[in-house]
Amino acid sequence: MATMPFILNAEEIRKQFPFFQPHPEMRNLIYLDNAATTQKPYAVIEAVSHFWAYHNANVHRGGHGVGARASELYEAARERVARFINARESAEVIFTRGTTESINLVAFSWGETFIQPGDEIIVTELEHHANLLPWMRLAERRGARLRVWPITDEGTLELETLRALLNERTRLVAVSHISNVLGVITPVAEICRLAHAAGALCLVDAAQSVAHIPVDVQAIDCDFLAFSGHKAYGPTGIGVLYAKRALLEQMPPYQVGGGMVQTVRWDRIRWAEPPAKFEAGTPPIGEAIGLHAALDFIDSIGREAIATYEHQLTEYALERLQEVPGLRLFGPRTHRAGIFAFTLEDIHPHDIATVLDSRDIAIRAGQHCAHPLSERLGGPTARASLAIYNDAAHIDALVDALHHTRKVFGYA
Amino acid sequence: MLEELYQEIILDHYRHPRGRGELEPPKITQEGFNPSCGDEVILDVRVENGRVSDVRFRGRGCSISQASASMLVEAVKGKSLEEARQLIQQVLALVKGEIEADFEQHGELAALAGVRNFPVRVKCATLAWHTLEEALKQAEEVAAK
Repeated sequence: MATMPFILNAEEIRKQFPFFQPHPEMRNLIYLDNAATTQKPYAVIEAVSHFWAYHNANVHRGGHGVGARASELYEAARERVARFINARESAEVIFTRGTTESINLVAFSWGETFIQPGDEIIVTELEHHANLLPWMRLAERRGARLRVWPITDEGTLELETLRALLNERTRLVAVSHISNVLGVITPVAEICRLAHAAGALCLVDAAQSVAHIPVDVQAIDCDFLAFSGHKAYGPTGIGVLYAKRALLEQMPPYQVGGGMVQTVRWDRIRWAEPPAKFEAGTPPIGEAIGLHAALDFIDSIGREAIATYEHQLTEYALERLQEVPGLRLFGPRTHRAGIFAFTLEDIHPHDIATVLDSRDIAIRAGQHCAHPLSERLGGPTARASLAIYNDAAHIDALVDALHHTRKVFGYA
Repeated sequence: MLEELYQEIILDHYRHPRGRGELEPPKITQEGFNPSCGDEVILDVRVENGRVSDVRFRGRGCSISQASASMLVEAVKGKSLEEARQLIQQVLALVKGEIEADFEQHGELAALAGVRNFPVRVKCATLAWHTLEEALKQAEEVAAK
């Protein structure tokens, strides 16, 4: 195998993660389940811990300095997210519990208000349930029609197919930036352009992309974009909904309660301005501050560098996985990220995952919260997914362990 | 440890399942499903004179879930409802590590005890047995009518 000049040293990056350091509770694990969740660097854990220890107070409420400081930190996290995704202003950034809540917010607030019987919503065959079930339910509740943009046999989305689906009744196109199963990188900017030309809006599920390739909401020109903190080296329980200001002005609140109103009288309520209008109740303050630290961590390495390095590693993995007899890799060879769904001979994916686990390699097996796609692929798959701390040695170990798996199940 | 999980008995039942298929009526059909991993076992059970006179299974899933269903077919056929219930409890205890596995006492079912060191796989081994539990409840309801 020719050695490639990898542009980053993952061993150095792993030093920033307690998960990869020797510890009595830790196995020396090769972690290849990053599409499910990423590990957390010290910087994130310390930022969260420091907030709980020294700055804990509710936000936008207290008559005291510590509350004002907590509010500052929380709003600084919002500013950081806005800068990270290149939103026009921080008011376009709504904090949620995660991608799922972000998309449910849009389906409830925008969808229940603006979707009329006979309207059409386009989803792709690639979608994770988080970007599928809210639209299936909305369509059912509103008497709208859900239209499915099918993938090619290779697993890609053809723009020609979208053109044929779009019409004057289309209100929304909901699409993943990167498929959580096939790793396909979709042409979101082109998709948004086509949607807009047809008079529809476009929602991008960036859960799998935000930590791996540059995401610029103005360049993409999406109307909504959703992602989770925990797949981007940040905490669980924090997510982001980006929406264009004009839409947020028109949309009614999602949940109602404390912190999202200007005045409440028995006969009249005035909602707060965005983003507060969409953040009822005490928000996940420490988690937002952790997300701030996670985005700092990503930018400390550099998003172009991350994209280039993970692309190199993806190319290496594609080459090496081909060496395993009986391995069937799904998804395209190009325009793809480091997410590899595969089957091996007729060994069930759960059995593959168990043998790999016994060799201290963590992957996922199953339907990956995308049942329609899983059916299309012919059933459950094993899935290995990369992050910035993985390296070629991890791929080598994976390939060795897959050879071993074949032996355990009696394949020569 | 991996050798304990994938014992030859398990792999043999997986590759050459016993009693895969369907029964003609009269029968009780019970579906078992594991939503987290997609494993599926469907049991056809015929109860005559208080005994499980025949069983067949269908389904799809990992080697453990399907081998366990195949072993169930062999183990439960001919048992009275009470014996079948006891067998279910015995297997669940074996799989969870509550009793020691003994090939003399438990026969081939002892091989299922290999999952006890693989917590995420315990539910694969128990799926068919929980499905049988539900099927027997159905049988009692039918008998009570």
